[in-house]
Amino acid sequence: EFAARTYRGPYDTTEPASRMADITGYNNYYEFGTDKADPARHAGALRTRPWTVTIDGLVRKPQTVDIDRLQGQFPLEDRLYRMRCVEGWSLVIPWLGFPLAALLRRVEPTSAARYVKFTALADPKQMPGVRSPILNWPYTEGLRLDEAMHPLTLMAVGLDGRILPNQNGAPLRLVVPWKYGFKNIKAVVRITLTAQQPATTWSRAAPDEYGFYANVNPAVDHPRWSQATERRIGELGRRKTLPFNGYGAQVAGLYKGMDLRRYF
Amino acid sequence: MLPVAVLVYDALTGGLGANPLQRAEQQTGLLALALLLLSLACTPARLMAARFGQRLLWPARVRKTLGLGAALYAALHLGIYLLDRGAAPLQFLQDALKRPYITVGLLAFVLLIPLVLTSRKDSVRRLGFARWQALHRLSYVVAALAALHFWWSVKKDHTPPLMAAVVLAALLALRALKKPAR
Repeated sequence: EFAARTYRGPYDTTEPASRMADITGYNNYYEFGTDKADPARHAGALRTRPWTVTIDGLVRKPQTVDIDRLQGQFPLEDRLYRMRCVEGWSLVIPWLGFPLAALLRRVEPTSAARYVKFTALADPKQMPGVRSPILNWPYTEGLRLDEAMHPLTLMAVGLDGRILPNQNGAPLRLVVPWKYGFKNIKAVVRITLTAQQPATTWSRAAPDEYGFYANVNPAVDHPRWSQATERRIGELGRRKTLPFNGYGAQVAGLYKGMDLRRYF
Repeated sequence: MLPVAVLVYDALTGGLGANPLQRAEQQTGLLALALLLLSLACTPARLMAARFGQRLLWPARVRKTLGLGAALYAALHLGIYLLDRGAAPLQFLQDALKRPYITVGLLAFVLLIPLVLTSRKDSVRRLGFARWQALHRLSYVVAALAALHFWWSVKKDHTPPLMAAVVLAALLALRALKKPAR
């Protein structure tokens, strides 16, 4: 629908993309249920148009924009990224979207802005999972401003050249490929620039298990399981998990001098 | 045995989804726990029936089959876990010691072994009923460990392991009816 699918840019992996049936059928999206098949089953009913996104907080130009206008403002790019779930599995996903940096530049963060907070839709009428208090709804996530401005950080609106399926976070979702998948908040309705580190859903749910940074790190285990290996969906054996999910050359500098065991 | 057939069929036809080993691991684990709880429900069922003047014989007959079924699925569950991890024995031992949910699960499995070994027809006679019965009370410990293992292995939604624990507690409570009934 949108664009030619080309994945030969500097940010694309050369690994083969995962099967589309796996990308759209094996999802963690607790707003639609905790089973991996629940999102594909229940997300179809979500109305993604009309949809507005509010960008506010420490910015000079706060605004509420219609999703179609928003995605029309930036050239869309194909990005073939690895996605590593904190549960120990991974996929290679052909996203389509625009860099978050482009959006942030447009709203002009003030010098006080240091973090970006994301808020997802939480509508119990459309999202059966939101009716049970499994997590603190709405789902919120956050990035440090320099992480948000990194060229790898993408706001995805499409998948494999087509409009994003609902179970993958339509109409707008975050993609930060060097962090565990739960950072990639779906169905974003608000982006807020803040001075303080925002509370995030999973770190509130289990602070000893899920940190704010959540960088993929084979050396720091989840308290209950190892993060040293992962199953690439579609493969029978397990592969070694790479630091920063293999994006260390691009992003390790963001964390220079930080103790990544403490800031997990 | 039927679930094994279904599992094999699903595995061959892609019915286990995108992450088949994990799905098979979860299904066998769940079946092991369910069969174990069912085997533990036999005596309370008989006692309850006795309270209402009914003498039920079938619970005692199916109990052994259910218990052995639980052990079979527990073995499959452990086997699939080892397969999933690439079965490096040293790493498995490391994992078992380092991660409480694996320690507890492995302990539950190990405690099942003497129960399987003393499930033969002549075991009761050879051990003497009192000793045999004392040994087989271990099944409650196994079920409690299995429920804890289940609880710790779940990422967020603790409803299913909680249900297992509640069922187990209820079965234990029902056994207390035994004495007043006499």
